[in-house]
Amino acid sequence: MRVTFTVNGSEETVDNVWEGESLLYVLRERMGLPGSKNACEQGECGSCTVYLDGVTACSCLVAAGQAEGREVRTVEGLAGGPDGSDGLAGDQRLGPVQEAFVEAGAVQCGFCTPGLIVQAHALLERVPDPADAEIREALAGNLCRCTGYEKILDAVRLAARRKAAAE
Amino acid sequence: MDFLRPTTWADALAAKADRPGALPVQGGTDVMVEINFAARRPEALLDLNPVRELAGWDVVDGRLRVGAGVPYARVIDELGGPLPGLAQASRTVGSPQIRNRGSVGGNLGAASPAGDAHPPLLAGDAVIEVESAARGVRMIPAAGFYLGVKRSALEPDELIRAFWAAPATGPQYFSKVGTRNAMVIAVCSFAIALHPAERRVGTGLGSAAPTPRRATAAEEFLAGELDWERRGPLADSAARRFGELVREAAAPIDDVRGTAGYRAHALSVMARRTLTWAWNDHRAGATGREAP
Repeated sequence: MRVTFTVNGSEETVDNVWEGESLLYVLRERMGLPGSKNACEQGECGSCTVYLDGVTACSCLVAAGQAEGREVRTVEGLAGGPDGSDGLAGDQRLGPVQEAFVEAGAVQCGFCTPGLIVQAHALLERVPDPADAEIREALAGNLCRCTGYEKILDAVRLAARRKAAAE
Repeated sequence: MDFLRPTTWADALAAKADRPGALPVQGGTDVMVEINFAARRPEALLDLNPVRELAGWDVVDGRLRVGAGVPYARVIDELGGPLPGLAQASRTVGSPQIRNRGSVGGNLGAASPAGDAHPPLLAGDAVIEVESAARGVRMIPAAGFYLGVKRSALEPDELIRAFWAAPATGPQYFSKVGTRNAMVIAVCSFAIALHPAERRVGTGLGSAAPTPRRATAAEEFLAGELDWERRGPLADSAARRFGELVREAAAPIDDVRGTAGYRAHALSVMARRTLTWAWNDHRAGATGREAP
């Protein structure tokens, strides 16, 4: 089947999508957006987290056809714009949350990082100055097997401070 | 496989009548797992996301009618006041990403004995509204909806439209045992609702039998024991007896998540604890609060 939806601000159409195919597969294998990672395929790990109509979801659990006509934003779409704000895919700068993950050393193997960045981004959009408990709750569906999470918490706190300072 | 995308409720019912083998999908948090792992290959997926009628909730004649597509995140944000037990249970579902997509309607469609929404729906006397193009609407009390492991009273040509429940008139609590706070399917779970105006108690057991079920004998015992008139203290012996009767209502199994013996014991503890919280709230004049 054919599926058309907006991804990172641009409308895209893909053909020959299998009806049982996930949005994650379409993003990675048909649209050349490998940032969202494919790990558990059952919603347990959060590595494939994307925005679907402004709300975060595990893209492995969204049927590709369910994205029809909707807006998807992936980790590629969180790159930094020229003014230091979130930009569009193709921008070469890192977005503020991405930057904070690099600076805080919140990345080891990197596999969970894209999902964590999208989910952390969504948290900070909603709660600009989250308490630690709120950060932990927001990231409870994102598994990292390397870091022990402390550096990830540091990164989210750093991103929150940066964001507050910029506003 | 076909992919069906009706945009109205009438079209959805027509599609289901035409293709009874089509598998309805809302948030995909159960359905897509089965498809990703090749555990299920339905002849068609029936995407209900575009059906607006399912996406909201209303108050009709003093009762809540909650569309089958309302995700857990909205139950938590919008319905914690009138449906505190269900909101507590919703908060224990999966992760934020799962709660953004998963819905009570989907939980009902899957009819897993471990589904988190079922115990509070049972305790709160919820009624499930289902509909078919051929026979119209059927209203099925939650207690009659679950027929077996992942089997419900839904006919192949029917879809779940909504669930109905009265706003809480007394405290409600949900409790669940799992290995961590997030991303946990219940080892077992328990919900209680006090209905002081009718001097009645509702209960719901999860992951404790082939279907979610009520503990009717425990409800009747407690309704007669509680000092509704003066809101007197709860006798420790009554709370313990309530726990025993809840345990006796269960028919748990040994599986990878826990043993039957552990489940039975945990249920009696959860029943006693949630009753204590609920009765203390009632004595303090509260209709319920957020879970501790």
